[in-house]
Amino acid sequence: MERKLAVQVDDLTVAYNYKPVLWDIDLAVPEGVLMAIVGPNGAGKSTLIKAILGIIKPIAGSISIYGKPYDKQRKLVAYVPQKGSVDWDFPTTAVDVVMMGTYGSLGWIKRPGQKEKKAALEALEKVGMLSFKNRQISQLSGGQQQRVFLARALVQNASIYFMDEPFQGVDATTEIAIINILKELRKAGKTLVVVHHDLQTVPEYFDWVTFLNVKKIATGPVKEIFNDDNLTKTYGINYKVAINK
Amino acid sequence: MTISEYFDLLWNDYTLRTITLGTAVLGATCGMLGSFAVLRKQSLLGDAISHAALPGIALAFLITGAKDTNVLLLGALVSGLIGTFWIRGITSKTHLKSDTALGLILSLFFGFGMLLLTFIQKQPNANQAGLDKYLFGQAATLVEKDVQLMLIVTGISLFVLLLFWKEFKILLFDADYAKTLGFNTKFIDILITFFIVLAIVIGLQTVGVVLMSAMLLAPAAAARQWTNSLGVMIVLAAVFGAFSGVFGTAISATEDSLSTGPVIVLVAAVFVLFSFIFSPGRGLLFREIRFRNNRRDLQLKKTLQFMYGIAKDHEDISHPHAIRILNNFQGFTKKSLQRLEEKDWIQLFGQQWALTQTGFEEAKNLFSQKPNDD
Repeated sequence: MERKLAVQVDDLTVAYNYKPVLWDIDLAVPEGVLMAIVGPNGAGKSTLIKAILGIIKPIAGSISIYGKPYDKQRKLVAYVPQKGSVDWDFPTTAVDVVMMGTYGSLGWIKRPGQKEKKAALEALEKVGMLSFKNRQISQLSGGQQQRVFLARALVQNASIYFMDEPFQGVDATTEIAIINILKELRKAGKTLVVVHHDLQTVPEYFDWVTFLNVKKIATGPVKEIFNDDNLTKTYGINYKVAINK
Repeated sequence: MTISEYFDLLWNDYTLRTITLGTAVLGATCGMLGSFAVLRKQSLLGDAISHAALPGIALAFLITGAKDTNVLLLGALVSGLIGTFWIRGITSKTHLKSDTALGLILSLFFGFGMLLLTFIQKQPNANQAGLDKYLFGQAATLVEKDVQLMLIVTGISLFVLLLFWKEFKILLFDADYAKTLGFNTKFIDILITFFIVLAIVIGLQTVGVVLMSAMLLAPAAAARQWTNSLGVMIVLAAVFGAFSGVFGTAISATEDSLSTGPVIVLVAAVFVLFSFIFSPGRGLLFREIRFRNNRRDLQLKKTLQFMYGIAKDHEDISHPHAIRILNNFQGFTKKSLQRLEEKDWIQLFGQQWALTQTGFEEAKNLFSQKPNDD
């Protein structure tokens, strides 16, 4: 049975200063998959996510979320940016950051209230950070900051989650905690698109994968296409990875 | 006039009251809006904007031929905004970094402004004298009308700040994320920048083009030291700014030759210095104290660990040992032994020490503590 498409990208091209970062990308993400985007540094993985979310304006191409443009489907989408993209010395607390996830549904001017606070606390509990709710965010460790970002996305209560390297710089405990949450989300029927760096864990964590290096190399189920051939095409060298069978 | 005389006079003297109120309101507004500039890491933007305002003042005078403050400030606002948009344009359209763009616009506009000022001074117009007060400011020229303008600007900025509080906050923290949520970040950004420009422009008469950026940055930088909440930081910055204004005016009023603007800036700098040293969370003093305490604590634990190493080989852990045997170990002094005894980790008998049960347990668990959650 053909699955519904959560995300569809057609002919997407993005360039910074004349040099293409993404070249003519066609990508279809079926609903309910936990997909990794892998590729070398500078392959345009983050750019792809940012272009889908409208943060970066593409030169050409179209993007649709469940068949409609992103602008109309915002509330179905949640985003976890790279941890390093913000200044963690900003004067605010963990629960405050998580509450920002509710701003989108609140819209302009309206302030978050009790309902939003409750949702934020629940999300913090899900990522095991409830006891840190009033902690100034600079006093959290890297892994804790990542969990706060994840909680902020959970609060958005979306159908599709885009995550930019959620495992970057976190310890083993946090990594396991995060992947368990991602798998739970998939079980609940959500679609997840995750920029991922650690090739070793791809078969264990993900069921769908996209190989990207400026152009799209391949996309499909991990079981079928996560092989040395595609890895070599993506990374340019004769790549041998020990795939855990 | 002494400071106390000044404060007595404040309630009776109309001029003094006007000036003091003006500098206080100005300080509060600048502190409030300056917090945004500091948190956006656009500290130098204020400097560039205030310098960029100078040609506007000169041109407004040349066009109207009158020295009406409101008209001149309108000119400053227009040219400040043009400068700001050029800076944004340069950074987004070219490869130049923002510091280059800021420096470029700052010197270009300021140079052009100075050129116009010298040109105006050569004009046979009796009206031209006094335009150069906008370089370093002259609080003494503040009249009630100016203060009213400041109050109106402050009121509007406060209203907008409260209205768009949530939007400002998310833009400051994570602009990309705000965009994905559907907020027009460009609009919020322009709104913040516009009010920063406005605050700078109303301060030009009092503090002047050259020192204006300090009014924005100093109170905000000081306030950041005392709190980890955005709201508290902005309120504190406003309070610091207002106090800088009042005390600066008071100090400069006590000496005839002290001009107000620089004194206000110096008072604000004292707030910064004090905050950098004495704030409990982030200040240098308490950081040093914490550092020393930690080091002392570690030294004690090191000694305890050494004692544990000796004591654990004995059947009776409280078996006394000579203090002398600690000698080859550099972590012990008479004082540290006393501290260990105070903590009830060891007992001293003359020239001998013995580990207590508490000390033994403490030493045993020193490095096997459950790691923190990070």
